[in-house]
Amino acid sequence: MSNQGVDPGRRRFLTLTTSVVGGAGAVAAAWPFLASLKPSERAKALGAPVTVDISKVEAGQRIIFPWRGKPVWVVNRTDEMLASLPKVTDDLRDPDSQEPQQPSYAQNEARSIKPKVLVMVGSCTHLGCSPSFRPDHPAPDIDPNWQGGFYCPCHGSKFDLAGRVYKSVPAPLNLLVPPHRYEDDHTIVVGEDPVGA
Amino acid sequence: MAITPNPHKTTGLLGWIDDRFPLTKLWKDQWGEYYAPKNFNWWYIFGILSLVVLVNQLLSGIFLTMHYKPDAAQAWDSVEYIMRDVPWGNVIRYLHSTGASAFFVVVYLHMYRGLLYGSYRKPRELIWLFGCLIFLCLMAEAFAGYVLPWGQMSYWGAQVIISLFGAIPVIGNDLVVWIQGDYIPSDATLNRLFSLHVVAIPFVLVGLVVAHLIALHEVGSGNPDGIEVKKHKNPETGHPLDSIPSHPYYTVKDMLGVGVFLLIFLGVVFFAPDGGGYFLEKPNFEPANPLVTPPHITPAWYFGAFYAILRAIPNKLMGVIGMFGAVLAFFALPWLDRSKVKSIRYKGWIFKTAIALFTVTFILLCYFGMQAPSEIGTLVSRIGTAIYFGFFLLMPIYSKIDKTKPEPERVTYEAH
Repeated sequence: MSNQGVDPGRRRFLTLTTSVVGGAGAVAAAWPFLASLKPSERAKALGAPVTVDISKVEAGQRIIFPWRGKPVWVVNRTDEMLASLPKVTDDLRDPDSQEPQQPSYAQNEARSIKPKVLVMVGSCTHLGCSPSFRPDHPAPDIDPNWQGGFYCPCHGSKFDLAGRVYKSVPAPLNLLVPPHRYEDDHTIVVGEDPVGA
Repeated sequence: MAITPNPHKTTGLLGWIDDRFPLTKLWKDQWGEYYAPKNFNWWYIFGILSLVVLVNQLLSGIFLTMHYKPDAAQAWDSVEYIMRDVPWGNVIRYLHSTGASAFFVVVYLHMYRGLLYGSYRKPRELIWLFGCLIFLCLMAEAFAGYVLPWGQMSYWGAQVIISLFGAIPVIGNDLVVWIQGDYIPSDATLNRLFSLHVVAIPFVLVGLVVAHLIALHEVGSGNPDGIEVKKHKNPETGHPLDSIPSHPYYTVKDMLGVGVFLLIFLGVVFFAPDGGGYFLEKPNFEPANPLVTPPHITPAWYFGAFYAILRAIPNKLMGVIGMFGAVLAFFALPWLDRSKVKSIRYKGWIFKTAIALFTVTFILLCYFGMQAPSEIGTLVSRIGTAIYFGFFLLMPIYSKIDKTKPEPERVTYEAH
């Protein structure tokens, strides 16, 4: 083997292959670190479905309970509340719930399985604040045509009593209706679809 | 090029070190015989003050870390423990929390100095870019630190800021879950923000500060006249005629400046550590509650302007782009300013009006960013957002047509 003279082609080839293999190794080495930031098995287990008794929710009242750490609301809407929904249609961005912010079985005007029982994730679709329940109306401080609904104190987003978002507010989408099903008349399971749905 | 060890020919113990490590050379190059223009005014104190605050944050932070628990179940109590039970713990925490606000005060003034005297112009573009990166790090650091006490504002601030990434199309929602390490801000989120706050970001921050200073001492400081002092050098020494060595001249000036600063800073630390609700916000005196949003979420004052821009734009993605764009706009400044002169002293009325308008706008945006949403607030924020971006985007035009005054050949300076 000669130890004199330089083969530039061979040098270039070795430099290139070393760089490529080294680069691929660096990318592969980054993977475990980046992947370690995903939700852990424990965090995923805590995201399991929740069963809630709704028999004690009075007409016109709301209860709040956590699911996946987010507030879930159940509102037992009165007939008057349901009657208010068509009155605000013109003020809404997505009155017919075209955006996939609800399971298909809740894609109706009341955005629920049973018209009176509203089940909804209480985080604003803007930046995740939890809107306040404002069934009182009129409320000119919120909107001239306020028929009751949810008002986000963080950035002023407005939603009607079916969680449908008003026009010209920062929130882009209606509030999210989580997958849920009725175990019996008074018990709902949040986080699971109805059997067959 | 060969490096000559010990160019200053020191002897004795120092000589022994200098033969092996450029100790004397580093001192003389970086400060002792670093020649700076002699016409600095008080605007030039904020660089050294940022350094003082940085040291304060590092020191007080190290000691806070000795008592703090990065655990969603214990974080709040450990902060209260620091406040009540750790000897001098409240002072150390107030040094750190007031230091955060002080950091932004001095850095904003430092950046404003750059704006006034064109410190970002050629050949100082890289100094400016390192500075902008420092500003970015500082924002990330302040955000992560704000979450650590795990109070109401910590929690909901984290929720709002991390949700910003959800505005990115397609990957947004998965990205948010990945950043949080959970479906909501939780223990996992707190723990990783702690790691970033005490290890990763400070490392990068200190590295950038070093780069900022190396670049500065390479090209030399600017000055209020915006002219290059290196054009007129003393033929014998090779130093610029209008410059003086930093030591002892600026050492003394800076010591006085630091003294005045500490007087004000410690006044706040001792007598008004919550800064009237602006340095420590009232809702953050309540432990985090994921089920109840405080009625009025406000960012810390130093994010007010950017938050106002986010809120002013009635579209989530555009709002987020506008917010980040408002920060990134500063990076482009060296290439936006086409004026023939650097300093505000010799710029014409158009540029002066633009800066004045921008100043008022920035303050108004800061104010309305901290207020609850209102009709007048939204209106002012929208006009303000337009002016803010107009200041940057139109600069290549108005800085070029602006009628400037002639620059002096030598710096304006009165001996005292």
